[in-house]
Amino acid sequence: MSKKESYKKLFKQTFLFFLVTVFIFVPLVGIKLLGWKYSLRIPNALFLIFGLTVIRFMIGVINLTPRLRGPFRKVFSQVSYLPHVAPTSISQRKKSLLFLVIALSFVLPFVIEQYWLSVMITALIYVMLSLGLNIVIGFAGLLDLGYVAFFAVGAYGVALLHHFFQIDFWLAMPIAAFLAMLVGGLLAFPVLRMHGDYLAIVTLGFGEIIRLLLNNWTEFTRGPNGVILPRPYISFFGIPFDKNSPNSFHNLLGIEYSLSHKSIFLYLCLLLIVIAVTYFCLRLKKMPLGRSWEALREDEIACRSMGINHVTIKLFAFGLGAFFGGIGGGFFAALTEFVSPSSFTFIESALVVSIVVLGGLGSIPGVIIAAVVMTLLPEVLRDIANVRVLMFGVVMVVMMIWRPRGLTRVLRPRFNKTSK
Amino acid sequence: MMWEIIQQTVNGLALGSIYGLIAIGYTMVYGIIGMINFAHGDIYMLGAYVTAISIAVISSIASMPVVLLLSLTVLIVVPITALHGYVLEKIAYKPLRHAQKLSALITAIGMSLFLQNYIQISQGARNQGIPTLISGGFTLWTDKISSLSAVMSYTQVVILVVTLVSMLTLAYVIKSTSLGRQCRSTQQDQMMSAMLGVNTDRVISVVFIIGAGLAGVGSVLVTLNYGSFDFFIGFIAGIKAFTAAVLGGIGSVTGAMLGGLLLGMSESFFSGLVNADYKDVFAFGLLIFFMVFKPTGLLGTPEVTKV
Repeated sequence: MSKKESYKKLFKQTFLFFLVTVFIFVPLVGIKLLGWKYSLRIPNALFLIFGLTVIRFMIGVINLTPRLRGPFRKVFSQVSYLPHVAPTSISQRKKSLLFLVIALSFVLPFVIEQYWLSVMITALIYVMLSLGLNIVIGFAGLLDLGYVAFFAVGAYGVALLHHFFQIDFWLAMPIAAFLAMLVGGLLAFPVLRMHGDYLAIVTLGFGEIIRLLLNNWTEFTRGPNGVILPRPYISFFGIPFDKNSPNSFHNLLGIEYSLSHKSIFLYLCLLLIVIAVTYFCLRLKKMPLGRSWEALREDEIACRSMGINHVTIKLFAFGLGAFFGGIGGGFFAALTEFVSPSSFTFIESALVVSIVVLGGLGSIPGVIIAAVVMTLLPEVLRDIANVRVLMFGVVMVVMMIWRPRGLTRVLRPRFNKTSK
Repeated sequence: MMWEIIQQTVNGLALGSIYGLIAIGYTMVYGIIGMINFAHGDIYMLGAYVTAISIAVISSIASMPVVLLLSLTVLIVVPITALHGYVLEKIAYKPLRHAQKLSALITAIGMSLFLQNYIQISQGARNQGIPTLISGGFTLWTDKISSLSAVMSYTQVVILVVTLVSMLTLAYVIKSTSLGRQCRSTQQDQMMSAMLGVNTDRVISVVFIIGAGLAGVGSVLVTLNYGSFDFFIGFIAGIKAFTAAVLGGIGSVTGAMLGGLLLGMSESFFSGLVNADYKDVFAFGLLIFFMVFKPTGLLGTPEVTKV
């Protein structure tokens, strides 16, 4: 095809693209509903239409110009291969870096403000949830869209145990986590025979059922009003963080009362648990169970014909994932001191799924980084906070097309001479 | 008691035919490329917004009889939702045609989130609505003792008639046109049809267009019936329609319609006679029950997994 012809084709394609954007953006962006009336927002629509058309045209021009096409492809492929993560052998430099990060995260609560502290606790809760879901999706390849159900069971477990029996957090949290694990096992049984799409939709339905139960069973869960916990709810292993009680935390230590004591304590406990869970997950990956999950993820039929019992390993995946989700939920209840069904919608599940996808299915460091970044980013950039979920959607699509295994590349653990 | 049974039957038929219309999008896409188009429910949600917008715009330009207004609305909404379906397939699913199933699924969820928030940002988060356009109805049965009566509203009549017309058109297209034959052959064996000269890429696009167009018809009807909607309705409607598709046997167009009617009837009987708070729980429970015990549904063919 001659150069003239190909440019003619490009103009034709760009014009068609332009028409499509007009029909997509004019009705939904250019016109805004106001009750039964409407108002025109044509500039917004025009901005999108012309912006996208120009981008489309530029891509076409770059594709037609060999001198430009080469460098662009090069940049693109370099970007896509930047980060590497090798889980088998950690070099000395990486080890010291890791140590530094852990040490910093222990010092962190003493230097930042109360607000950022609660943001960091939220980030850690998301790390917890993502690590749990990473077992189900990343390791075992079972797409669970109802993960928020276990989060809800953990949070409601802690809240209701206090509401009905006045049980302290440190006893209630493990009970709630085991309860979540039980619920996970309960879910795993009916879905044992399913995979892929069917599994996704059944877990999604399950998550919704749990939320609707929490919403409608008012005698037990207090319905949409939620359960309110006393403030301060969490205690230093029995010693309250109360301001006025004589034997409370600050009086025993003889220091000035501060609201942040409670948050610092919560943060440090959660950090310790997250580190333990991370280590557990790293080891799990190399254990026979982890290897079996990997086999299950890659090919279920081949995995079963190798003599691996798919029932037990699926139960373990759902149970462990749910257990970690339950712990996360317990801490969520302790952080907010209030739980209501509106915190446990499908969006939460989708959010954790997108964190796991962005971090790279199965890659533990990737998932942790993604969870922290995804929680902190909307706080740092307040302007994008309202397009946060929109961005998650875009990220999920782009990642699956561009880098289906996540930003970090997972090198599989294998037997080689260099690993000690 | 009798009036209530008749009333719930009428309600269930109207509800079920809308579920059926949306379910067809799921079932046709599943039949042809074997994936659940999670964003389909959101196309329907988008259709509800376009419906309200076009009703507002048309009635501000000129006042006209309701029949003309609704026909014009359908003529605007259906092409727009169909276009969205086409674009959705082009940008999100086509690049992943040969990728892992998990990737396509995650993309679909991403698209669904994207569409929801796109509408939330462009149209605002609060509830929207349209004025009541058709009021009144036929009295079907009056109870002699309590003098309560079962009413079939004119809106419900419109829903049933429009659904019937769309179904018959679709049945004709699939059964007797060249396009329908291409669809069916692609569904049976994509590679073989490609070798025999069927443009399978085009067929897949057409399936997305048909599915999204029918969802558009469904969204006009629902908006007409309930009058209010928000950016989140696509989620619940999507799962319900998917349940309908599973009930009827995924991959079968007749099954989707049948499953829709069945789900609509059982749901309205459940909410009328047992408990209205738990009607969604009932629908999801039905979904899980069918998935576990009869995944092929009523009219589906069993799926054989080969190595």
